[in-house]
Amino acid sequence: MSGPRDSRRRFLTRLLTGASAMALAGCDAITDSRWGAKTLRLGESANRGVQGSLTSSTALAQEFTEADLSPTFRSNGTSSPNDSEYQRLAADNFRDWRLKIDGLVEAPSELSLEQLRSLKSRTQITRHDCVEGWSAIGKWRGAYLSEVLALVRPLPAARFVVFHCADPMDDQGTRYYESVGLEEARHPQTILAYELNDQALPVANGAPVRVRIERQLGYKMAKYLMRLELVEDFHTIGGGNGGYWEDQGYEWYAGI
Amino acid sequence: MRYRYLRHRWPIRVMHWINVVALSILLMSGLQIFNAHPTLNWGKSSYNGREPVLQMYASETAEGRTTGTTEIFGRKFNTTGFLGASKDSDGDWVARGFPSWLTIPSNQYLAMGRRWHFLFAWLLVINGLAYVIYSFLSRHFTQDLAPTRTDWRNIGSSLWDHVRFRHPVGEAAKHYNVLQKITYLTLIFGILPMTVLMGLAMSPRADSVLAGWVDIVGGRQSARCLHFLGAALIVAFVLVHVFEVIISGLWNNLRSMLSGAYEVDAPPGEAPVTPTRGQEVS
Repeated sequence: MSGPRDSRRRFLTRLLTGASAMALAGCDAITDSRWGAKTLRLGESANRGVQGSLTSSTALAQEFTEADLSPTFRSNGTSSPNDSEYQRLAADNFRDWRLKIDGLVEAPSELSLEQLRSLKSRTQITRHDCVEGWSAIGKWRGAYLSEVLALVRPLPAARFVVFHCADPMDDQGTRYYESVGLEEARHPQTILAYELNDQALPVANGAPVRVRIERQLGYKMAKYLMRLELVEDFHTIGGGNGGYWEDQGYEWYAGI
Repeated sequence: MRYRYLRHRWPIRVMHWINVVALSILLMSGLQIFNAHPTLNWGKSSYNGREPVLQMYASETAEGRTTGTTEIFGRKFNTTGFLGASKDSDGDWVARGFPSWLTIPSNQYLAMGRRWHFLFAWLLVINGLAYVIYSFLSRHFTQDLAPTRTDWRNIGSSLWDHVRFRHPVGEAAKHYNVLQKITYLTLIFGILPMTVLMGLAMSPRADSVLAGWVDIVGGRQSARCLHFLGAALIVAFVLVHVFEVIISGLWNNLRSMLSGAYEVDAPPGEAPVTPTRGQEVS
């Protein structure tokens, strides 16, 4: 009786050790394969679908008090765009900077910092959650993106706002970009922020203007804004996934 | 005389092994995500002027050697080779929280770590809900897991038996003992749901459902600490669980979770019972 049972036990031990090593190598192989990466994406699609349908589209992100402010607001990613045109604008306090708004709109426009400041503004103390895991709390002031959109009057076909930025991300001239749906763009806390903690937005945090999309992760909140483009779909822009980090494998929906 | 009976019905066996797969992948992809910011802070944000609860980092000695340090409540531990700094699959020293053999993917790849984590989080949650529904309907909870009055009375002797690694035999081995019941119930209704909820608490969209609900546990970064603590408790459970499985009869336990059949000594003078659950001696 004990003979076959012993060999069974040995077989099982060997099977378990071998299987776990193979499973780990297998996980890497799945990650690197096209179908694997696509299948793994199902979980994040479920996040988007379930969060989108179970949570209110107009609910506000939590707001904080001055006592919660982080001593310094962490700068992540680009801290000073390596671009001569941007540096020229920055040297002149962005006097010549214009935010171009075009694409599927009735009235393509260019807004100066002054014009943006003259629009109705919102001040909010919110928590910035980076995909890496850290959070920082800052006080932002900026123009409602919904107001800016009302100025240019999006055409019925427009579905997304694409944010084109000044910061180059590599030597090939790829620049940072991002996109959100119109619903999120018109959310009351979605602002084009030009102030951080009662000061003009510092270069390290995206001067002169960055977008705040408070119910999503930090990489959605593009800095160094140069142009807003309204589009029907974003598959022809950049790598086609709706944003710089999305093109590197991150999710377009960054609510989780 | 020994005989076999059906200890675990097939849905329980299937759900058990789904948990093994899901929890393993969740742990390892979770460590991958943790590595993107190998620091835990208590509070609403990571930058609140207070020292981190836990952090891992790499530094170089004057001689140019890489060292890994783990700091817990300000106390430093040299964890070179394991935490803070370890060798990657090519044998090069890299700064990373947990080593590559513990993470999915093995190299630093946050985007893919998140995909693994969320897909298997859904598997765990769906499997968990199925388990709870099944266990209520099949009376698994009331018959097998709820501690009886006798259980509570004998909790002292059960503890004493455990300390001496003495395990019940015969008919008594057919039921979970009270410590086992309490542990399983704590895991099923406490630690696992808490860990999932603390994971959701890190989602900015989920936070907006009821603005401020995350402050119940101290804020988003506190939730991140509790999510990590939950994972650590699940690992601790698995270590004890596997240890108990091994010392109380590895093959018998394993068989009962594969085919369902568990072997026990029949009471003296009684005929062997056929291995069906309905005919269990109660």
